[in-house]
Amino acid sequence: MRLAAAARLWGPPGLLLTFALHPALCLRPARTAAPPHRDYCVLGAGPAGLQMAYFLQRAGRDYAVFERAPRPGSFFARYPRHRRLISINKRHTGKANAEFNLRHDWNSLLSHDPQLLFRHYSRAYFPDAGDMVRYLGDFADRLRLRVLYNTTIAHVTLDKDRQAWNGHYFILTDQTGQAHRCSVLLVATGLWVPNQVDFPGSEHVEGYESVSVDPKDFEGQNVLILGRGNSAFETAENILGVTNFIHMLSRSRVRLSWATHYVGDLRAINNGLLDTYQLKSLDGLLESDLTDLAVVKDHEGKFHITLKFFLEESNQSADAITLPQDDNDNFAMRVAYDRVIRCLGWKFDFSIFNKSLRLSSSGEFSKKYPLVKASYESKGSRGLFVLGTASHSVDYRKSAGGFIHGFRYTVRAVHRLLEHRHHHVPWPSTEHPISQLTNSIVRRVNEASGLYQMFSVLADVILLKENATAFEYLEEFPMQMLAQLETITGRKAQHGLFVINMEYGRNFSGPDKDVFFYDRSVGHTEDAWQSNFLHPVIYYYRHLPTEQEVRFRPADWALPRPTAIHHIVEDFLTDWTAPVGHILPLRRFLENCLDTDLRSFYAESCFLFALTHQKLPPFCQQGYLRMQGLMGTESLRRHGIESGLLRDYATVGRPREDGGQRPVGSSPAPGLPVQPLDGNKEEL
Amino acid sequence: MMSSSFNIFRVGISVVIMCIFYKSAVDSLSELSPQKYFSTLQPGKASLAYFCQADSPRTSIFLEELNEAITPLQDYGISVAKVNCVKEETSRYCGKEEDLMKAYLFSALLFNEVKYITTLEDLQNIENALKGKANIAFSYVRAIGTPEHRAVMEAAFVYGTTYQFVLTTETALLESIGNEDIENAHLYFFHCKQVLDLTLQCRRTLMEQPLTTLNIHQFIKTMEAPLLTEVTEDPQQVSTVHLQLGLPLVFIVSQQATYEADRRTAEWVAWRLLGKAGVLLLLRDSLEVDIPQHSNVIFRRAEEGVPVEFLVLDDIDSLISHVESNVHIEEIQEDEDEDTKSPNMDVQDDEVAETVYRDRKRPLPLELTVELTEETFNTTVVASDSIVLFYAGWQAVSMAFLQSYIDLAIKLKGTSTMLLTRVNCADWSDLCTKQNVTEFPVVKMYKEGKNPVSYVGMLGTEDLLKFIQLRISCPVNITSVQEAEEYLSGELYKDLISYSSVSVLGLFSPNMTTAKEDFTEAGNYLKGYAITGIYSEEDVLILSDKYAATLPALLLSRHKEGKIESIPLANSHAQDIIQIITNALLETFPEITVENLPIYLRLQKPLLILFSDGSINPQYKKAILMLVKEKHLDSLTPCWLNLKNTPVGRGILQSYFDTMPPLPLLVVVNLHSGGQVFAFPSDQAITEQNLLLWLKKLEAGLENHITILPAQEWKPPLPAYDFLSMMDAAASQHPTRKDPECTKEMDVQENDKKQHEDKSAIIKEPIETLRIKHWNRSNWFKEGEKSFRHDNKEL
Repeated sequence: MRLAAAARLWGPPGLLLTFALHPALCLRPARTAAPPHRDYCVLGAGPAGLQMAYFLQRAGRDYAVFERAPRPGSFFARYPRHRRLISINKRHTGKANAEFNLRHDWNSLLSHDPQLLFRHYSRAYFPDAGDMVRYLGDFADRLRLRVLYNTTIAHVTLDKDRQAWNGHYFILTDQTGQAHRCSVLLVATGLWVPNQVDFPGSEHVEGYESVSVDPKDFEGQNVLILGRGNSAFETAENILGVTNFIHMLSRSRVRLSWATHYVGDLRAINNGLLDTYQLKSLDGLLESDLTDLAVVKDHEGKFHITLKFFLEESNQSADAITLPQDDNDNFAMRVAYDRVIRCLGWKFDFSIFNKSLRLSSSGEFSKKYPLVKASYESKGSRGLFVLGTASHSVDYRKSAGGFIHGFRYTVRAVHRLLEHRHHHVPWPSTEHPISQLTNSIVRRVNEASGLYQMFSVLADVILLKENATAFEYLEEFPMQMLAQLETITGRKAQHGLFVINMEYGRNFSGPDKDVFFYDRSVGHTEDAWQSNFLHPVIYYYRHLPTEQEVRFRPADWALPRPTAIHHIVEDFLTDWTAPVGHILPLRRFLENCLDTDLRSFYAESCFLFALTHQKLPPFCQQGYLRMQGLMGTESLRRHGIESGLLRDYATVGRPREDGGQRPVGSSPAPGLPVQPLDGNKEEL
Repeated sequence: MMSSSFNIFRVGISVVIMCIFYKSAVDSLSELSPQKYFSTLQPGKASLAYFCQADSPRTSIFLEELNEAITPLQDYGISVAKVNCVKEETSRYCGKEEDLMKAYLFSALLFNEVKYITTLEDLQNIENALKGKANIAFSYVRAIGTPEHRAVMEAAFVYGTTYQFVLTTETALLESIGNEDIENAHLYFFHCKQVLDLTLQCRRTLMEQPLTTLNIHQFIKTMEAPLLTEVTEDPQQVSTVHLQLGLPLVFIVSQQATYEADRRTAEWVAWRLLGKAGVLLLLRDSLEVDIPQHSNVIFRRAEEGVPVEFLVLDDIDSLISHVESNVHIEEIQEDEDEDTKSPNMDVQDDEVAETVYRDRKRPLPLELTVELTEETFNTTVVASDSIVLFYAGWQAVSMAFLQSYIDLAIKLKGTSTMLLTRVNCADWSDLCTKQNVTEFPVVKMYKEGKNPVSYVGMLGTEDLLKFIQLRISCPVNITSVQEAEEYLSGELYKDLISYSSVSVLGLFSPNMTTAKEDFTEAGNYLKGYAITGIYSEEDVLILSDKYAATLPALLLSRHKEGKIESIPLANSHAQDIIQIITNALLETFPEITVENLPIYLRLQKPLLILFSDGSINPQYKKAILMLVKEKHLDSLTPCWLNLKNTPVGRGILQSYFDTMPPLPLLVVVNLHSGGQVFAFPSDQAITEQNLLLWLKKLEAGLENHITILPAQEWKPPLPAYDFLSMMDAAASQHPTRKDPECTKEMDVQENDKKQHEDKSAIIKEPIETLRIKHWNRSNWFKEGEKSFRHDNKEL
């Protein structure tokens, strides 16, 4: 049977192939032993691959990382060409909280080892790419991650098997023809195939991957750069001072990251050319569809820009080709260029995946990424997950999932999902009494780095227990998978839930938005919903939303319409611990969702309630009644009395001297008009 | 008649007040239970029912008056009855909301006086029928039972004979007479009496103020006042009903020559200003006072002593706007008043958060405790026995406890070998997580690097001190009979006796390995809470014989009472032993305090509390201890409360009795089932016999409770911002807004479930919105708090 199958090489795609179809295999005799098996195979020892390896190793799983280079992070060994990373390495925040500090450390991977923080590897705010290579090497070595270097996986196929976790195994074949059988395949190969545009004369164009980085090579030249991303501007920045001028050509207008709040857009550190362009220094930006262009080389070796359309028209020699300026003598790019450089980014390498894996691209707008679900699992084959930069289709141009400081958290989320799916380890959670609800949220929104970096992608989820007396806190769940929360996490969401997310204001971010407008921030708690800067938003659902509700949610909503919503007002210091400005409105929101009283009380108040009410507020029930009441001190008590929230009982309602012999109610009693605590009487 | 109606009106109101505050003891009223009352109601017959709470010990002037009114009322076919509401009665007429009660009262009385209509046709019919005969007060309220409805009914009670009152709740009807504002209640005055031509419509005046009893009264008074008065006196001296009602006067200055035209103008103005100001026509010619040449209008404010304004106005509109802008100022002031009464969501109502915030600027001597970091933590707790407080700088409860912790450090300064340390988890989050601290505050004791012991006692200086002092390794291994005796007498740990009044000694034969293990486990668990010792030498029989114990056994030495008792331990597991020791720590007749109440509440029995101002009379104590001894109090937890040590006891007494009762006072509080509170009669002496008799009666159900503790759930003290509605409102300005149908349906179902007292809310919006938006009227705690504040003000 196996031989029969092998005989039908390159059969229709639906045909089941039992092992990899590498040409080398055909030369071998029929196999006798199954290929070596791993539960988890990770493709690529870049940041995402190493991050996943770390979690698998900590969980004691059977895994291997396959890396074609001799060391980790081969992408960073070559890119960025000008060696300056644009990810922030903020070494000081004024805070000791390690979790908080990760909000401003864009390069470190997650680990338990404080030595493996990037700030120990570079002092530069925008560090050198070489430091990243060194860091990744140390990360793999110090943590003893199992990486098979110099192993190029040339082909990946599926092997159906009912015994397999996912109904099939992934068969990886390396450059030597050695096959590896994997239950789960984690693709962290990144994007490394340079994007090319096919137009007449594109052979004259130099690529970012190979263009000289020595400014001397550009002295006194006219340079045209295709592209308007960070690599294009980085290239321009490098040669800005030595060229005659630089023109930059791209299909659409430049997107500035400080306007879009997307770190993949043009960063201010690279945008020197925008400055010189707007300050009339010959440099300039142009917008046109690159696929309509043609580059013509003249006899002097200079390049002229024309339209593909003109080339098709006539079959003339290079010097006689129609140029746009022939008709239109003020055509912007009528000048001849010495160099044309392509800086159009990279795309995912689909070529090693057999069709049976049905790993397809994400569609017209993000062709460079493979198509995955919000859980980072491929839509085509179960058990295949895409990690790291290649998984960015989930939050492309929205959040940080394409970058180390984002995908280090999404990798962790995938790992948690796998732990539950294959090892019955439910999503980690902590359980607390309901009196801790406000605290749990305040703590997380103030320190959690995953929420902050992967805003609107990963969200914390609070699952209420029956009668809302307790809750479970789950961190960093992929919020678009909310409907499938129970199957993914193994936790029950029967009694309502809160989702804690971080969001920018609805209409604040965008390529054409003025993010510095007057009155851009709100300060009043009642206007919190209009907050523009990143701020916590809490959704309350009585029931877990369905898949339909998540999919067909209103266009500008991160989640389906909740039962109630709360915005914690934006804060200039991103410190949401102000008692009245932040915590009080949050508590009121939670109280009204749960229909209970979440205030805290001193033991004395609980004592009073215990003897004058049949029921106690949660704080007293869960603290005082369990012998853990808050006694308070004299000075606090005095403040309480001043504020009117506490009573000074020592001076209240002293019994009358005459022992109460006077007929009650016949004359106004001395002292206080006594009112019962219920206060159900009201003066008219 | 007209002039006296105001007084009648006031009497009416005060009757209502008394209904709520006083209780009847009048026999001639027929007294009924709520059920009985409703069963005797005859359709179509008016009856006056007085609902009262049975527990107020006061007699009432009101009921005497009511009593006198029975006969005259019966002449009118109105029957009078008193309905006794016991506190737990759930009939809605007995509800807490006295305003509702009033509305019911009046609707019972006025069912026939106020015509309820639903269509425009009804209204026109009434209008036509009354043209030339009487004026109409037509009002729209959102629902029956709202405060506005109550106000209208009260007005009808007073003015019902003079005007025809007409009421509707139909929004369509309101809209058909041209008023779109269906959210608010409205009252129109139809001037039908002067309409003689039946084809003409009655003039209508809309009352612009909110519908309160006082506003309606004022409005109707102005409707009654003559439209236009001609005067020839000094404007400063003129007095009309308007001034008494706080409304300004507008004098139109006229002279003989233009009298006819001026009068028409004045009438026109008078109609426009009806209900807002009094309009008078002043004849300049016959006036002795000087009026500036050109001024044509004189404006006089209602406030006394404010000089009149002489105005020169070109047209009627500017005159009207001048008056309205002046009236408007008053309205704004009223609004502001109302704002301060309505809840301010931004005011802190968490006592812990507020007190900590108020104390934030006082520097604490934090240096008395060692601040630990991720780097120093491990070395410190290994190097020395340490108490670690894990707290979070932003969390109020933690910070309140930190103060107690610092107080403890001051107390222990230089005396303890225990190192007091603290970790701010806001800074060292990972460290806290590693130490398994996910809530704040948490106190752990690290000893010789051994497994940390979490402190689970009260978060206060005293209890934590006790925990630290009692940290000796438990159980203590006792090695000789003599040592055991010293241990039992309290000699061995003299300095610790003040922290634990009971010493526990486990007696085992050397071969009872499992029993010993269980006891050791229990002793370890109770470390920091009780002193335990273990003795298992060969000569253990000397002790077991002496204290008549069968091995394995526990000896409990109560140092205060100098008593040693023995408890057999056969087949007791660690958990049982813990239970036995914990129970043994309980006293038979403890002084109840804030710190120890929870332990006694765990017994789940009704409390028998003797409130005492100062220490307890030994005779009372003796009486109760005797009852305990004779097992008469087995179903109760007897205790006493010293108001000197526990002043909050006064607050408790206040909620049991309306006025502070004479002390000492004995009550039984049935906390766990029913919440009834019974008071031992204050005219009886607290003796064994009297108490026993009273308890017997209690048991037999022959005693009436003085109050029932409220059983309400603790609801949100205030609403939250409804951001969802705000976002909807903003989005609804865009036509593309999507509104999923299913949400609406769900909300409607919610409505059905949640329709409680808040009848004032007409449900147009999702209930969530309503709940969040409207100040929850059923929120009794907030009101309790208000009364707290009130009390404080009077202090």
